[in-house]
Amino acid sequence: MADEIVVKELERVVVRFSGDSGDGMQLAGNIFSNLSAVLGNDISTFPDYPAEIRAPQGTISGVSGFQVHIGAKKVFTSGDKCDVLVAMNPAALKTNVKFITPQSIIIIDSDSFTKKDLEKALYNTDDAFAELNIHNQVIDAPITSMCKESLKDSGLDNKAAVRCKNMFALGLVCWLINRPLDHAMHMLQEKFSKKPSIAEANIKVLTDGYNYGHNIHASISTYVVESKGEKEKGFYTDVNGNLATAYGLVAAAEKSGLQLFLGSYPITPATDILHYLSKWKELGVVTVQCEDEISGACSAIGASFAGNLAVTSTSGPGVCLKSEAINLAVIAELPLVIVNVQRGGPSTGLPTKSEQTDLLQAVYGRNGESPLVVIAATSPTNCFDSAYMAAKIALEHMTPVILLTDGYIANGSAAWKIPSLKDYPEIKPNYVTKEMQEVWKPYMRNPESQVRYWATPGMEGFMHRVGGLEKDFVTSAISTDADNHQIMTLTRQAKIDYIANCIPELEVQGDKDADLLVVGWGGTYGHLYSAVEKCNQEGKKVAFAHFQYINPLPKNTEEVLRAFKKIVVVEQNLGQFAGLLRMKIPGLDICQFNRVKGQPFNVVRLVEEFTKLMEEK
Amino acid sequence: MSEQLYTAKDFKSDQYVRWCPGCGDHALLNSLHKAMAELGIAPNMTAVISGIGCSSRLPYYMNTYGFHTIHGRAAAIATGVKVANPDLTVWQISGDGDGLAIGGNHFIHAIRRNVNINLVLLNNRIYGLTKGQYSPTSPRGFVSKSSPYGTVEDPFRPAELIFGARGKFFGRCVDVDGPSSVEVLTASARHKGTSVVEVLQNCVIFNDGCHSAVATKEGRAKNAIHLKHGQPMLFGENNEKGLMQEGFGLKVVTLGENGITEKDILVHDAHCEDNTLHMKLALMEGPDFPIALGVIRDVEALSYEECVHAQIKDVQAKKPIRKLEDFLLSGETWEIK
Repeated sequence: MADEIVVKELERVVVRFSGDSGDGMQLAGNIFSNLSAVLGNDISTFPDYPAEIRAPQGTISGVSGFQVHIGAKKVFTSGDKCDVLVAMNPAALKTNVKFITPQSIIIIDSDSFTKKDLEKALYNTDDAFAELNIHNQVIDAPITSMCKESLKDSGLDNKAAVRCKNMFALGLVCWLINRPLDHAMHMLQEKFSKKPSIAEANIKVLTDGYNYGHNIHASISTYVVESKGEKEKGFYTDVNGNLATAYGLVAAAEKSGLQLFLGSYPITPATDILHYLSKWKELGVVTVQCEDEISGACSAIGASFAGNLAVTSTSGPGVCLKSEAINLAVIAELPLVIVNVQRGGPSTGLPTKSEQTDLLQAVYGRNGESPLVVIAATSPTNCFDSAYMAAKIALEHMTPVILLTDGYIANGSAAWKIPSLKDYPEIKPNYVTKEMQEVWKPYMRNPESQVRYWATPGMEGFMHRVGGLEKDFVTSAISTDADNHQIMTLTRQAKIDYIANCIPELEVQGDKDADLLVVGWGGTYGHLYSAVEKCNQEGKKVAFAHFQYINPLPKNTEEVLRAFKKIVVVEQNLGQFAGLLRMKIPGLDICQFNRVKGQPFNVVRLVEEFTKLMEEK
Repeated sequence: MSEQLYTAKDFKSDQYVRWCPGCGDHALLNSLHKAMAELGIAPNMTAVISGIGCSSRLPYYMNTYGFHTIHGRAAAIATGVKVANPDLTVWQISGDGDGLAIGGNHFIHAIRRNVNINLVLLNNRIYGLTKGQYSPTSPRGFVSKSSPYGTVEDPFRPAELIFGARGKFFGRCVDVDGPSSVEVLTASARHKGTSVVEVLQNCVIFNDGCHSAVATKEGRAKNAIHLKHGQPMLFGENNEKGLMQEGFGLKVVTLGENGITEKDILVHDAHCEDNTLHMKLALMEGPDFPIALGVIRDVEALSYEECVHAQIKDVQAKKPIRKLEDFLLSGETWEIK
């Protein structure tokens, strides 16, 4: 009986939807995250999908997953393991068994566990659960046949009816976590507004799934995750990192009063930035889908020369191609934002997986002494602030800025309070003034910041030529003079170093006399924060410093790091940031923890590692 | 004619011109200064973008806005400049190596998009700045430092690339032929969309005489035809020869022979949408045919950057939101009170 079911109140729940890449798991996951956020929960999501659009149906390689972590209070990661696993077929069950705990509840579509399905997923026996040694509570619902039955009078054919099975699973999950369906229904109506019959079918199946949960009389506890209203008041929306990046760029254009120009070429996992910006024409955004990555960067450099806020978006392989162009922006001293949504490398690598392996490429990956600014966004919502700051620094300091995000934060989403641009700092490029006209040269600089004064085509009286050849410090004419090159090289470096005065100092969370300082950068913030918090709850003295600004480093970096006796730099590469810190702060003794699996960190595993490090004397 | 607002001098920079004495780039530079004066567009509204190579040094010698960029990428950068600020008149200066080898992709795509840039392609069929290697326009068998036994590959004929990319404007001139260069450059700037002018340019050091057939006035009279829209295709020292269509091709005829009169001669139609005859004209070469000079094709079409901005205006006419905050609040949101 329904009233015998125990309802457990939880602080947090992790749900993982998995199925064939055509099963609509991303949509089900998205709707569930969104409706949870609307109920006031904090959310963090992780879409985990294959590079193939449609791998062979029912196979291991075709499994697509979407994990969402919902919390009564703030959640910082998408969760290590799941409390609820939806596995729409045996391949999904096999692929995701590593994400369950003995307490996880598993929902399967029993119709897709036939002998044929098991064979496709390379099982050796006809009992998937025994074979995988799973002893969990399972809700085995004949989802496919119930969809057909539910929609037999709807006018939809069998194929279209079966396509709704993700909504049946979603309905079951909503029942399990005690979520009302109204927001999900609203989202389906919006999504299928041009196909009302499809919207109706999806809503019917969703409701059937929910009711099925009520009616099965299973002795399964359902969960409730209340919202513990610690959130700031205001309007919220749901963003992933790519969306927040695009918003941040638009915000910077609005604040600086400049036209936003994006030159880009499609590449996973950065393409959504191009999708978003090409859609927002009412905001005056100009986008050019270029013939290649090089043209993406070059058209942006042309737009920058012409006075726009110019951006090119890409992933690691694209940065390889753009590096010569980025160097042109370095020597011509033009503002340019390069967004690198990092993915697994080298070469084509793991396009849909996440890594932090492009750090040194960003800092040093060009010919010559080629200093520029590198910023690394720390979470999906922080992409907004990071993109805004990248644009601000580029425009005010006449330099290319590489903004590093990664596949994990780019696709992961979180609830985001809609900001007011009034709260963001002004963006004021270092333009020429009329009074300068008589004495101005293109490479004349502000003596303090070393920033050259910007004149853009169209301005009267400031016609000038810039280019990739070295220029004279005084006259700005082409120069191959030896001493001049030394001066210009040092000046370009000094200009970037000066920016350390314009960025926030490094903050340390936790005890100043902690036994271990955990250091991270970029998109791993949530996992590292959670691991450190867990250590502290266990009574361990662990502190945490996370870098958003990579080049230049915050001014107090050396002072902060030297104050700790033991430091571990944790990153998803083989030690690039650790090496950079060792170079910048000679003699600094640091340990490393590195994983390059294309998957997010596991908080429990991090806690183990930190504990072990503290025990080592 | 109205009085010119500018003179060639207004477009000259104070930089010392560093090309080799006798290089065809000097003459082209003078013609470009004159063409710009004739166009009457202010120097501050003009941007000259180049890639890398001898001819790509040209922006330094202009008193306009100029950008000497990286090898092969001038078309991509010029595209960005023009789309970012369509009010500017944008020129691109590239050599045959810059435009057709390393920059071939950007070259064809700029033309396909029909960005309103004036692309001057200085074709000397050699790499000059790296001291004498064959280029993508060097003829088969060409002996150079990197092809000591002669090349074993066929060259590009620029017109084929341009027409293959659906080019709307193609003109050709000879470096030393000032008046005709000014005429073609001016027409290219007046054309809306990507206009390509192929300049037959001599490299006095590494490929001297590469265009010798048309390098002198006498040579041009004998070996070239200067095409003008609406005029019969006559050429020769005394305009005694002409072009007629024969089957799928063209033929050279002499007036008075076999009863041929001026009425039988093809009349040039640069505005014809179909590029078949333009292509035939552009590919003519000696000794059997004259080399075509002048404006070969000049067809009106929408330009890329005007469509980009028109699309933005269209959407803005339908959607009133301009500020990000309003935009965000108009989307899927919820309130925490």
